[in-house]
Amino acid sequence: MSVGQRPGRATASLRHRLAERGVDPALLLLLPGLVVAVALFVYPFSYGIGLTIQPTAAMQEQWGGGVLANYVAFFRDPFVFDSVWLTMRLALPAALFNVLASVPVAMVLRHRFRGKRLLTSLLVLPITLGTVLTAQGLLIFAGRQGWINRALLEVGLIDEPLKLVNNYLGVMFSLVITGFPFAFLLISSYLSGIDPSLEQAAKTLGAGWWQRFRRIVLPLLAPGLATTFILTFVLAFSVFPSARLVGDAMGETRVMSLMAFRAFGEQNDYAMASTIALMMGAVELLVVVAVLGLRSLLYRGTTGGKG
Amino acid sequence: MATSTLERPLAARPSTWFVWAGMTAFGVFLLGILVAVVVDSFGRQWFDTWLPDGLTTERYVEAWDRFALGEVVGVTVGVAVLVVVISVLVGVPAAYVLARRDFPGKRAVMLLFLLPVLMPPITYGIPLATVMYSFGLGRTLTAVVLVNLVPSVPFVILTMTPFIEQINPAIESAARMCGARTWQVFTRILAPLLVPGILAAAILVLVRTVGLFELTFLVSGPGSDTLVVAIYRGMTAAGGGEARQLISALSVIYTATMLVMLVVALRFVNPTQLVAQVKETRDD
Repeated sequence: MSVGQRPGRATASLRHRLAERGVDPALLLLLPGLVVAVALFVYPFSYGIGLTIQPTAAMQEQWGGGVLANYVAFFRDPFVFDSVWLTMRLALPAALFNVLASVPVAMVLRHRFRGKRLLTSLLVLPITLGTVLTAQGLLIFAGRQGWINRALLEVGLIDEPLKLVNNYLGVMFSLVITGFPFAFLLISSYLSGIDPSLEQAAKTLGAGWWQRFRRIVLPLLAPGLATTFILTFVLAFSVFPSARLVGDAMGETRVMSLMAFRAFGEQNDYAMASTIALMMGAVELLVVVAVLGLRSLLYRGTTGGKG
Repeated sequence: MATSTLERPLAARPSTWFVWAGMTAFGVFLLGILVAVVVDSFGRQWFDTWLPDGLTTERYVEAWDRFALGEVVGVTVGVAVLVVVISVLVGVPAAYVLARRDFPGKRAVMLLFLLPVLMPPITYGIPLATVMYSFGLGRTLTAVVLVNLVPSVPFVILTMTPFIEQINPAIESAARMCGARTWQVFTRILAPLLVPGILAAAILVLVRTVGLFELTFLVSGPGSDTLVVAIYRGMTAAGGGEARQLISALSVIYTATMLVMLVVALRFVNPTQLVAQVKETRDD
């Protein structure tokens, strides 16, 4: 936008003055997008917040707290509140693993070699599988009669089939399979934005691979790592189908989204469902803020990537 | 590519071996899952043997009838196409404004479009579904399409904004000098230049919409279930769910659909580049 000379004279029409600040009819193009965002996101969201302070009579009676009965129930009812911990126990390690594992893989895949395209496609493939198919596949492949257990039994490594699905481990597998490709794509795009001549310069000055990684790549990658962690965490945090299908829905993997859906679909308590849903958002926000805080502690300066 | 100019040691470093081992494990799991589902879907019976005894394609016929798949696939494709068309029509003009103009409140608008992407779908999905039910739209196709627009429109905007930014504004200025009006600039100048970007965004939205589970699940019902939701309902139906092979057949149909779309998508767009473009908008 040109910030040319501003006459500032009262004779300039209102239209002209608005146009100078960037407000002109072209902004109308933004309107449909805004309508969608407001009608389908802002309005329902505020409506949901309103709902949380209209608890059902049963809730008020059971938990007290007047209009805040839903929140009291959320924090006091161990069946509900434990799900926060259960969700974190799945989402944090899964996101951490996905990010940390993608770094070396992306570093190796930076080089040009034969079969690179094939390998990249293999890594991207799970994105198409979706959680439901992954769940079905895991149940068959890693189940009691599945090929993994069968192979391990045959080799003689184990005497009993391992319990790999319908528990915490099953959901973890599913989160890694769906989350890793996503983290890998992001990390490799950040890595490709780091100027290789920086590393070459360091190498010329005699830095070993660990020093190059520690002093050059890592600081430049830190913002990308934080962003990737946040986005992977968001994915893992809202785990829902896999927690039900390959997890132990009433036990180890009773995650928040399952609790929210239970209140919504099975108990028809929309107010409580909205409360749990909002608290999910709040918990996620806490983690995001914590990660961003850590990031600013780690490294201050220009961002890496393609900045 | 990045470091291909660096000298290469003859023997791979241990770290490289470590990475390859991890990749192999991941590949084995991935292929195991895929192959297991495909084999299961063609199997007659499969209990405690390496492979099922006998192969059959009956499962597909049975699944097709049992789940009224004709209808489900029709719904899935219809919803996806509608969502793609609407989100492109709504998202691209908005992306244009965000890429080219500077106006009061721009940051707030950007944040508004970023929020649905960053929030867990359930967080806004449940209030949204409640609103849908209270308007009497529950379990209808309209609701499924509307709900899917919430993440799709911002997605189109976030991917298209950097794409539009890289088009030289001088081209538009030249067109205006020659007397073109905004509408003409859009149809004659921008639209042809934007086609690759729009195509990429559209395919990604298509893939996402077909794969989206949480939001669709909250508002859909018989007659408006998409394929993923139908599979989920099949797996969790009361009384232990449907026969495993039926679900496998469904899953294979689903994956085949997705794979075709992905192959088409990869012909048009390099995923790593696209993510980089998205990222640039986030960090600006």
